[in-house]
Order: sequence, then C-alpha cells, then structure tokens
Amino acid sequence: MQKTYYDPADLKKFGKITEWNEELGNKFFDYYNSVFAEGELTAREKSLIALAVAHTIQCPYCIDAYTGDGLTRGITKGEMMEALHVAAAIRGGASLVHGVQMMNKVNKLEM
Amino acid sequence: MIQSLKRRESTLAKSEKQLEILSNGLFEEGDLPTFKQKISESDQFPLRPKTLEILQINVGYMCNQVCKHCHVDAGPDRKEIMTRETMEQCLKVIKNTSAHTLDLTGGAPEMNPNFRWFVEEASKIGVKDFIVRSNLTIIRSNKKYHDLPEFFKKHNIHVVSSMPHWTKGKTDSQRGNGVFDQSIESLKSLNEIGYGIEGSGLKLDLVYNPSGAFLPASQSSLEADFKHALKEDFGIQFNNLFAIVNLPISRFLDYLIASDNYEDYMYALVEAYNPATVANVMCTNTLSVSWDGYLYDCDFNQMLELPVKSKVKHISDYQESELQNREIAISQHCYGCTAGAGSSCQGSVS
Repeated sequence: MQKTYYDPADLKKFGKITEWNEELGNKFFDYYNSVFAEGELTAREKSLIALAVAHTIQCPYCIDAYTGDGLTRGITKGEMMEALHVAAAIRGGASLVHGVQMMNKVNKLEM
Repeated sequence: MIQSLKRRESTLAKSEKQLEILSNGLFEEGDLPTFKQKISESDQFPLRPKTLEILQINVGYMCNQVCKHCHVDAGPDRKEIMTRETMEQCLKVIKNTSAHTLDLTGGAPEMNPNFRWFVEEASKIGVKDFIVRSNLTIIRSNKKYHDLPEFFKKHNIHVVSSMPHWTKGKTDSQRGNGVFDQSIESLKSLNEIGYGIEGSGLKLDLVYNPSGAFLPASQSSLEADFKHALKEDFGIQFNNLFAIVNLPISRFLDYLIASDNYEDYMYALVEAYNPATVANVMCTNTLSVSWDGYLYDCDFNQMLELPVKSKVKHISDYQESELQNREIAISQHCYGCTAGAGSSCQGSVS
C-alpha cells in the first residue's frame, strides 16, 4: 500500500479514468472542457472560480492544477488570494448563518 | 544585480553541460521521448528549412539588465560584441537575401557601439520589416540613449520589447528591481511619438515570457489582458503581444534546477507538445547570426553552440541555397517551441 493517500504524479494520470469506463469518462471530460471554454464568463474568471472551489472542497489536485492554470493566465497572487477569501467567507458564513437556527432554538426553549 | 552564469563560472555557462542535462535523466531513462522521437512519430524528422524569411542578428551579449530567465545569459559583464567588420559582412548578406525581415537582438543591441551605424546602413538597403528587440529600460538607463525612440522612428524600426506582466511585482521579479517603472516610462515615450498608436504605421509589439516555471496561456487572451491593464493603469497602447515559452536553457535552466522545477517543467513541455506546430517553428524560416558571425538555426541553438549542419558556417561564406538544404539541429529544448500553440520570436506559430 502506498504511504500517502495523495501523490502529485497521479494528477497527470487523471485522463486514465476513461480506461475503466470509456463512455462515461469521455462524457465527463467533454463536459469539463466545455465548462471551462470562454463563454459569458471568461476562461480567466472561470479559472479563479475553480481555484476558490478547489480550496473549498480541499482537493490538492485541483489546487495544484488551478494555481498553475492561474499563473499561465497572468493571474496575480493578489487576485488568487482574494478569490480564496471569497471561498473562506462563504464557507465561514455557512457555519455562522446556522447560528440563526441555534438562536431560534434557544429563543424557543428558553423562558 | 545578479551576475551572468559565465561571470559566476557556473558549470551551466558551458553549453555542453546544458546539452548533457537535456539529453540525460528523464530522456535517457525513457521516462519522456526525445524531441527526435516525438517528431518522428509524425514523420517530421529530419526538420528542414522552408523559404528564408527572417535574418536574426545577435549584435552582442552585453545588456544593462540581468533577467533571471535570460537564454542568452546576457548582462553588463558580457563583453561579446559584434565588430563593424562582421556587421559589414552582414550588410552584404542583407542586400542579397530573400529574407523580408531583419531582426536585431542581443543583449541590449543598442549597447553595441556600432548599433546606430548598422541600423542606418541596413535601412538604406530597404528591409521590409526591420525589428529591433529593445528591452525598454535601455532608453532610460543613460542620457545617450534617451533619443532612441526618435532614432527608431527615423528609420521606421519595428520595436519589439519584453514585458512579462502588467504589474510591477511580476515584472521586477523576473527582470530586476525598477525595471517595471522604467519600462512604463519608455513605453510612454514611444507612444508619444506614435509607436503602438493605430494608424501611425509605427509598430510596437510586446513579448510576454512567463515569470516562472509555467507555460503561457493563449496569446490572444493574454494580449487582451495586457491591453486592458496597460491602457487602464498607464494610458499605454501597443500593437501585438507575442507569448513566448521559456526554453530550458541557460539561466532559465539554472532557475529550473535550483527551484526543483526542472522535471515537472519538462513533463509540462512534452505534454503540451503539439505536432501541428512543427511545420512552422521559427528555425524553418529563420537564420540566426551570432556576434562573431557564425550561423545557427535559431537564437537558442546559438546559445547552445549547436551550429548549422551545413558546410557554410559563417556569414562571410554565406550561400543561401546551400543553407536551405541543411538539416536543422535539434535537442530537447526544442519542445519549448512546439508546446501548445507553439512559440517563436514572433509569438505563437499555430
């Protein structure tokens, strides 16, 4: 058994996912490539969204991939960090907004 | 300011050491295919030239900057400078060549003491597209260079200048402290006399090299971002952006090894290999002349001291028809010109 769950070299093998189910694998990659193409959002904007989501889901492969992708697109460190703070704010806010549920419960139960 | 590899007596200052690194390791052990194996897959080996379009002359390795990625290993401590005699030999060739573009590079070509004389003489011949690769800061570096924009304009020079990013941090980290601010000032002075302004006929193009161990995104999207940011932040205009891949040689190779990025970068280059670019790589339409008059397939081969495979080796013996029959010298650094949309001194090739 390998000693770590994640190996950076595995990211390069992502395309091999199709080997065990070509149809679904290809459908996924076709969809994936379409999603990241220039659209009403630019590919640059999508790259920043992907970077923020990568940190939200804490996927090391995605963080690696979209940090590199951002650099190729000329995205600055400042822009990357701002995107991460958006992710962190939403993630933190998601915890905190549940505080309303807590407050509701406390208010209902307490005299 | 850092010193050149040559001045530091680094082993990487020697081209044979660079070629050894590019041939051993990943490529020797079969982890990655050699460039020859790769282009053979699509029957494109040996690589041969097409019609000669561009004569690129390196008039010397001296430069006022010491950029971290420089494939020339240029800097103030480099003393290799083209003599007037070699320039005269070049002028004879320019008169008779079929090439429509003359491309002067360096170092900072303007630092060659005979630079202005050479430009004046070459202009008289009537080259269709006369490029000078100016690093921009040279214009601000010394009073004697302040009038370069006017000099360029007088001779209808097509100015091509490096600019790795539209922000100070990324630019200075690659090209040295203060380079961004000086470059902005120089771009403004070029704009003031019409360079880069639509309808002026004075061309100002920028060259983008990634400021690290990664490849450039699409040239068109980077150009749009550069145009927007430089206009918005500084009121600067330019014509085209050339996105150029950093080739793993010289100081960039030194950086890749020192930062433990070499293997990943070579994997990235090979993964990005695009067979459609091979037919149009710049060595197929360009000849490179070194400061001492020797001929190479490209500026990168010049730095690796891989001479043309022809009995004609020097500008003084120039025979275009003989050179057109040569086989182009290749090694693994050539992957840099076939990655993605391809890369050349004129930007993407596909």
